[in-house]
Amino acid sequence: MAMFKAFYTVVMRDLLLAMRNRSDILTTLFFFVIAISLFPLGIGPELNTLREIAPGVFWVAALLASMLALERLFAIDFADGTLEQLLLTPQPATLLVLAKVLAHWLITGVPLVLLSPLLGLQYNLSSEAIQALMLTLLLGTPSLSLIGAIGAALTLGLRGGGVLVSLLVLPLYIPVLIFGAGAVEATVSGLGAAGYISMLGAIFLLSLVMAPLATVAALRVSAE
Amino acid sequence: MLEVTNLECIRGDRTLFSGLEFSLESGELLHLQGHNGSGKTSLLRMLCGLIAPTQGSVHWKGNNIRRQRDEFAADMLFLGHLNGIKADLTAVENLRILCQLNGLDISDENLWQVLEKMGLYGHEDLPVRVLSQGQKRRVTLARLLLSKVPLWLLDEPFTSLDKAAVDFLQTVIAEHLEDGGMVMLTTHQEVALTTGEVRQLRLGWKRDGDV
Repeated sequence: MAMFKAFYTVVMRDLLLAMRNRSDILTTLFFFVIAISLFPLGIGPELNTLREIAPGVFWVAALLASMLALERLFAIDFADGTLEQLLLTPQPATLLVLAKVLAHWLITGVPLVLLSPLLGLQYNLSSEAIQALMLTLLLGTPSLSLIGAIGAALTLGLRGGGVLVSLLVLPLYIPVLIFGAGAVEATVSGLGAAGYISMLGAIFLLSLVMAPLATVAALRVSAE
Repeated sequence: MLEVTNLECIRGDRTLFSGLEFSLESGELLHLQGHNGSGKTSLLRMLCGLIAPTQGSVHWKGNNIRRQRDEFAADMLFLGHLNGIKADLTAVENLRILCQLNGLDISDENLWQVLEKMGLYGHEDLPVRVLSQGQKRRVTLARLLLSKVPLWLLDEPFTSLDKAAVDFLQTVIAEHLEDGGMVMLTTHQEVALTTGEVRQLRLGWKRDGDV
């Protein structure tokens, strides 16, 4: 019971902090919107081309947007000492990390999922394709947050940590990118996306179990 | 209760201390002394489990603290150089979150009272960001009034406090000791608490008066 209360406390704390500091949420969101909107402008209004590149563009933009937000996941807590106080509470650290990642995903992942149908219209995506896109983003972005948390924890307090995070985390993001974009493409071309979506689900479950453990280990090293 | 055996700390390639042995029993105050860079903060962070000792061990109630983190965390309060409060939250919100995470069930009324006792009347509802250094420190130290844990590890608790707050904090610490608590602290300030008959632990190689 105390554990769930602690989990809930951390989630609410991070959401409250995000509400007090809205520019952080908006940065990621604007990046996503702008990156996706630039492609039709640059490539031209050729609908067939746009429809073909849409899955890749959406997923690459989601990947980069989620990475952009990673830096703030632990860095501020580390700088003001709340992170070490979190690690010293009598609660399982994996649970607290999971709570922080959940809040992070609610702030930076969910808005991407909700905005994607609107942006999909720019690419003349069919309603099935938009549905597939939303579903894959819904399944894939939590994995991005979970995996990214490991990189964010490892690079805490390092100079040039932002660049290092991308080097560490991007290779791990690639499976999510391949299966996420693949699922949408398969839907567009009329093949079933079930296989891709199962893989995304599997990646999500695997990272849900493994990533918090790795993140806690990394945080303990960084907090020394 | 707290037992330290053969503790060694190496940061980078420098040995800060080695072969350190002491114990702390209930009702005892240990004043940790040493010049700048002698490893006082490192020792305190090692005792609370944030830094892994390069050698030796720290035992709490007979158990190694690295084997049972959660049990030890439930008995210990560490206040470091950083205040550990969020600048965007108010003093009450900060305390409420810290209490909930540490498993303390404390009503909001109680939180307001404690903050008033800490001399923050009228500032409870402001974002901590707008408070002065000393007031921020007072918010952090309000945790001492709420805590029910026996072991306090305090790293420079008196910094940026005014004289009245320093005196108040000393009575809080003295009461905690009377109730059978344990306190280990570092301070460079001359306070009544650490003069007189107090156990001292000295780190470093410099003598008094050397710069």
